[in-house]
Amino acid sequence: MLKKLLPFVEHALKAPVWDCRMCGQCVLHSTGMTCPMTCPKTLRNGPCGGVRENGHCEVIPEMQCIWVKAYDRTISLPLPKVWKQHYNELRPPVDMQLQGTSSWVNLVTKRDQQVPGGWSVQGSEH
Amino acid sequence: MSVLREKLENSNDVVFTAEFPSVDGGGMASVERNAARLAPWFDAVNATDNPAAHAHTSNTTTAIAMKMYGLEPIMQIVCRDKNRLAIQSDMMGASLHGITNLSLLTGDDVTAGDEPEARRVFDIDSAQAINIARILGEGKYLSGRPIKPAPDFYLGAVENAAAPPFDYRIQRALKKYRAGAKFLQLQICFHPDRLEAFCKGVAEVAPDLKLIPTVVLVKGAKGLGFMNDKVPGIDVPVSFLARVQKASDPSVEVIKLTLELARHALTLPGVRGLHITDFRHDDSLDSFMNDLGRTPKRQTTNR
Repeated sequence: MLKKLLPFVEHALKAPVWDCRMCGQCVLHSTGMTCPMTCPKTLRNGPCGGVRENGHCEVIPEMQCIWVKAYDRTISLPLPKVWKQHYNELRPPVDMQLQGTSSWVNLVTKRDQQVPGGWSVQGSEH
Repeated sequence: MSVLREKLENSNDVVFTAEFPSVDGGGMASVERNAARLAPWFDAVNATDNPAAHAHTSNTTTAIAMKMYGLEPIMQIVCRDKNRLAIQSDMMGASLHGITNLSLLTGDDVTAGDEPEARRVFDIDSAQAINIARILGEGKYLSGRPIKPAPDFYLGAVENAAAPPFDYRIQRALKKYRAGAKFLQLQICFHPDRLEAFCKGVAEVAPDLKLIPTVVLVKGAKGLGFMNDKVPGIDVPVSFLARVQKASDPSVEVIKLTLELARHALTLPGVRGLHITDFRHDDSLDSFMNDLGRTPKRQTTNR
């Protein structure tokens, strides 16, 4: 019951504010409270090379590049320092199996931290 | 065996790379012709992957054909058309045919091409693709399934030093470096100040990341205007456009301007070479390379 209800509640709350796409593995806190899934290319690791001179999106010219927004917000918003440090982390590929599930549940169960068996990240910027 | 790696990692030589013209027909004869034209000047040449979101002969088969005619490929893989399975099989296919140099990039959106109704994939992004190539090179697929022996890759990536958010571009380059990129081919840049700030910033933190800025050979003011209006992420300053437009011979002036940009780029910290995109397809490439002080090397074919 709760499993069915939570995605509904989460979407109802997050869609109006962040245009949440229910990827089920929320990274809002590490991307300046800007949802990377609203990037037409769904890039999770920063902007592509096609950002226009005015900072707008290559695909949707009237929209500000979400990574330009994410960068500005990471610098200017009073976010916890540890969240800001997460900004430059190499985020793993999206787990398509989590699409439509509640990221709150996946956070609590740590399901959102599961990565493919071969995935590893070298070095660290901290 | 990668001449590109050898030169970048074990010498101080400046390397020159270029773009292989897309293959749409004309068969192997066209590949042979283009290989013969480029081989004297370039250490390695990019086999592109549906550039500007237009379908062409595939990246892997183009790279194999180039190699047959003695041209070392840098095989590009973009994230637009293939999911993570297909991208890994591209990488393994390259390795099967002895292709070592890979360059992983996001890719233009489908809306930039002539089939905007296509589904865009972007299952993974360029930083993840680099990291996955590094993982393959360590002997396993993304799933963890072992590969014995591990493929030998020399990994590259792309960055646009001149697109917003400017400060963040350095961070993003470093993210790709940490993921496994050894060299970066930079997007065409008409802002020497931005290129300089980027190269300095990267060289400070990652002095062994090899930077290869790009200059483009266009025919005149119209070509520059096209770059400015149609190519996402490229901005041509009004002063450059005006200078070429007002020149008595715009075709000569635009080459002069490009030479200035090239010479400036080669003086920057971290810069180990130059990438040349040729949209003129005339004899200006030879004179341009001569003006940069290059001498053509004799061609060897290892078929």
